[in-house]
Amino acid sequence: MGYVGKLFLLFLSASLIDNIVFMRFLALCPFVGMSSFLETSIGMGVAVAFVMTMASVVTFFIYYYILIPLNLIFLRTISFILVIAVLVQLVEMFIRKTSPSLYKAMGIYLPLITTNCAILGVTLLNINYQHDLIESIIYSLGVSLGFTIALVLLATIRERFSFSDIPKFWQGYPIVFITAGLLALIFLGFQGLAH
Amino acid sequence: MKKLWIYIRNGIFKENPVLILMIGLCSVLAVSVSVQNAIGMGLAFTFVMVFSNLFVSLLRKFTPHDIRIPIFIVVIGTFTTIVDLVISAYFPELYKALGIFIPLIVVNCIIIGRAEAFAYKHSVMESIADGIGISIGYIWAIVALGAIREFLGSGTLLNTNIFQNFQPAKVFVMPPGAFWGIGLLIGILKWVDSKIRR
Repeated sequence: MGYVGKLFLLFLSASLIDNIVFMRFLALCPFVGMSSFLETSIGMGVAVAFVMTMASVVTFFIYYYILIPLNLIFLRTISFILVIAVLVQLVEMFIRKTSPSLYKAMGIYLPLITTNCAILGVTLLNINYQHDLIESIIYSLGVSLGFTIALVLLATIRERFSFSDIPKFWQGYPIVFITAGLLALIFLGFQGLAH
Repeated sequence: MKKLWIYIRNGIFKENPVLILMIGLCSVLAVSVSVQNAIGMGLAFTFVMVFSNLFVSLLRKFTPHDIRIPIFIVVIGTFTTIVDLVISAYFPELYKALGIFIPLIVVNCIIIGRAEAFAYKHSVMESIADGIGISIGYIWAIVALGAIREFLGSGTLLNTNIFQNFQPAKVFVMPPGAFWGIGLLIGILKWVDSKIRR
């Protein structure tokens, strides 16, 4: 298995086996908040994919070409989060210009991508796993695909909740979490793929 | 004095960050595998929460409105880095168990949310009281979830066996158990809330 095979495996494990939402518990705020409707959840997934890939590339260069030579590794959390904040601002301006309806639908969640733990989490994981540049890009693409899959799955199920007879105290968030738990149980099945 | 007490109490139930406002869930679900980890995470969170509220409130007169969010992030990031380095130096085992969730305190929506919604507009003492209240709310939620998951998943509490012949269900220390646990807690809290209000 060559380099390409390794990349494919990395992509598969990032999107399904180690699904960012169900297995790693990152990005739960947009997962719960943005999954009410199918359309917004796809838009959110695309926005996250874009920001996450850009952030991985930029933080890769910052870490290996600025922080390590200057021996400033302890500054990585602060420097990464500032870079991500700037990137999110750019994406926000871009979406506001190109698609006002999408911008309106995403509401407060676009600025909140800054505090989306998945993005900082993935950049930190890239460094923990010592991914090279190509691997970092593939990994962040895989993670954002996994995030979109999770969001779309939950959104399609949630749209059906309005027709179902849910006991009073389980309405709203409790039933969302129980459903997410069942989905996580399904994703546990992918663990078998790794062997 | 009484006002400060109201701010503290506010965070514990009425505006409990985890169970009512539903923010900052990532660390709660990921770390609550055992009560011990939950307490460790809770204390790390408390340190960052209280100090970031304190400093955001101290600096609020000098913070230009347009760039307040980057300034909040730098303040929070500073304290997160302190916690990160202290835990990795003195509690290596806990550091390993909590993993990337310590540096991820910097993007915890609760802390940045309180900085924006509370500390930026209130005095230093009020902000500290708010930070303490929110932290207590966070700790009790994460420890309760940790207790449910550790008991059902490993049959222990704080690493001591409770019953002799108890067959734990492994699934509760795995990811699905976290989602079911928090769903259960929120549902119970809703039920209790409706009983009290009646």
